[in-house]
Amino acid sequence: MVYKQRLDGRKIDELRPMEAKAGVIPNADGSASFKIGKTWALAAVYGPRELYPKFLQDPKKGLLRCHYGMMPFSGSGERIRPGNSRRAQEISMVMTSALEPVVDLSAFPNAVVDIFVDLPQTDAGTRCAAISAAAIALADAGIPMTDMVSSVAVGEVDGMVCADLTYNEESYEGIVSDIPVAMLHKTKGISLLQMDGEISKKNLVKALELAEAATEKVYELQKKALTEKYVRDQDGKGNNNGKSEYEPEFETEDSRE
Amino acid sequence: MIINKDLVPELASQGKRLDNRRLDEYREPILVETDISWTAEGSAKVQIGKTVVMAGVKLSIEKPYNDTSDEGGITVNAELLPLSSPEYETGPPSIKAIELARVTDRGIREAKAIDFKKLCIEPGVKAWFVVIDIITINDDGNLFDASALAVLAALKSAKFPEVDPETGAIDYKKKTDKSLPLTKEPLTVTVYKVKGKLMVDPNKYEEQAYDARLTVASDSKGTISALQKGGFHPLTAEDISQMVDIALDKAKFLRGKLNQSL
Amino acid sequence: MSNILVEERKVVIPGEALAEGLDYLPGENTYREDNKIYSKVLGLVSLSGRVIKITPLSGPYIHKPGDKVIGQVVDILFSGWRIDTGTAYQGVLNVKDATTRFIKKEEDLSKILGIGDFVIVTVTNVTSQNLIDLSMKEPGLKKINGGRIIKIGCNKVPRVIGKKASMISLIKDKTGCEITVGQNGLVWIKGPTPEGESLAERAIKLIEEKSHQEGLTIKIEEFLEQNKL
Repeated sequence: MVYKQRLDGRKIDELRPMEAKAGVIPNADGSASFKIGKTWALAAVYGPRELYPKFLQDPKKGLLRCHYGMMPFSGSGERIRPGNSRRAQEISMVMTSALEPVVDLSAFPNAVVDIFVDLPQTDAGTRCAAISAAAIALADAGIPMTDMVSSVAVGEVDGMVCADLTYNEESYEGIVSDIPVAMLHKTKGISLLQMDGEISKKNLVKALELAEAATEKVYELQKKALTEKYVRDQDGKGNNNGKSEYEPEFETEDSRE
Repeated sequence: MIINKDLVPELASQGKRLDNRRLDEYREPILVETDISWTAEGSAKVQIGKTVVMAGVKLSIEKPYNDTSDEGGITVNAELLPLSSPEYETGPPSIKAIELARVTDRGIREAKAIDFKKLCIEPGVKAWFVVIDIITINDDGNLFDASALAVLAALKSAKFPEVDPETGAIDYKKKTDKSLPLTKEPLTVTVYKVKGKLMVDPNKYEEQAYDARLTVASDSKGTISALQKGGFHPLTAEDISQMVDIALDKAKFLRGKLNQSL
Repeated sequence: MSNILVEERKVVIPGEALAEGLDYLPGENTYREDNKIYSKVLGLVSLSGRVIKITPLSGPYIHKPGDKVIGQVVDILFSGWRIDTGTAYQGVLNVKDATTRFIKKEEDLSKILGIGDFVIVTVTNVTSQNLIDLSMKEPGLKKINGGRIIKIGCNKVPRVIGKKASMISLIKDKTGCEITVGQNGLVWIKGPTPEGESLAERAIKLIEEKSHQEGLTIKIEEFLEQNKL
């Protein structure tokens, strides 16, 4: 085992610095910005809205559609030609599968909820950042969800099982495996699991254990991003024990003209 | 749903706007931030009111074109991301995106803002080629002006990446402190004609209700490098003269905002 | 043993546990799984007797019979009009529900309501496939003329109207505008001057932005006073 200390000095289970904010794109019904290290994803939710072509419509529930894209200047080398690459299409699909289990669109037959995620800059863990951003954007849009989904990549770099690999770690000499994982917060169910590289079963199990703790950290950030808009007190400082200062009067029956 | 379509011209004819702005007033805030993407050689994010646009510059080394063997070149591309508005769909660039890219391109190219000869590395063999991508983040109107501002800011702050002297390979992870050979700084201002009155910086509602528009690219000396008339109504020569005056004046204003941020 | 896990008016996110035990009942925007009740949306906890519900802070407008909404005519049908209410579902306004006047068979419906016209209507029926029936027959319902239309989140509508319509009356009073708030988040403002309309618009947008803060009525009063015409 050659990789004894991580290239950026992090501990095995330490994630890169993260930043998350909800409601960043005014035109969208819900939106979010999610940054982990140098990977940055912007997500916008539009919907439920009318779905065309008609043959895609489902009379039992709304359709969830994810669209993943990297901006042309977001790759770590040459410019990325715009257009829906095969890689982007596959990521769009696994993103949808990662979010499907928690989204409840039974109240929106024949309609669609579109999620667009675009990345201005990347440094590995892109599909995970996209999913984490999309989950915040969905909740911000008021789409009914039974749970939150949080995502982070784990893996093994030359014998060291660690969380949140950077591009340099993914391309490290020696045996490397990159394992993007998305986890439901309540049940700890895994809704995204892919793997690239080589790994033993023993280390895979270790990696998945790491994933549970790592996605929990992402969850805390997602929760904060969603609630901080409403929980700030008048001066904009601090927290009111999670309570909103929404006055109850707004809920009364006589709030009609 | 198109709302307030008749109200915009009605108010304009009285010199008024929906949000109480003057006809010649830009929205607030106008913010310019550079180096927003670490993977781009140059990048910027511009906000005008609620409109937000990003621009990114990527450089590569290619063989020059046969008829300009001692020159590099630029290309401008624009993407109206579906994430920025419910009006945009995934797929190839719409005519709106193409027009935005081409008009912004001409503003830079025709101003000879970048000395293509200085981009040459070895005549006939290799030269630097600059690709600028305009990416919309939130479209609340006036993408023309926001994009031109973002592109200029990105070009000004761009740096060449390191090139391995032996292999000639570009190391995108390392930036030199050498800037692009920018000789001029063109900016675009689009002036709209609504019911005989001229206005700037329309929001998304105002953009659905105008008669004609004129996009004017100019440099800091007031030399015009590109014009584009849009909209379905004709403009008189008098209109054009007035619109150009307004555009030159507002370009100064935007230039001030740019310099404040850099 | 039953247990409430959150406080009244706490901001919760989807999947957050609200209560455990069978004594509590899952209300709107919550669900029960095993022994616990969880939230289904981003919203505020609201406890009413033994029922826990979540009041959403955002989300699409769901048509309900009895709701007054504002919509735009997008199509003229054989015996009525199709109305866009700014949602995934369009409503149908039948000629017989639009007016008490007798409409002849050959009459040109576009003369009554044309494409692009805005109307204030009531939702009368919603099917399981979200087909919406509308009516314009009651007093106060009509085609909109003049003024301007703005869009706010439908979840902010109760806040904009206020308890016993107090907030909206305050704005109407201080700006001199006629204001109709649709439950779907579309608001019609018609004032004696564009400046008055713009002031009312800004006040409503301010409520939307600060809807989660206390003392909002005072803040709006101050805003209207400082910016009075």
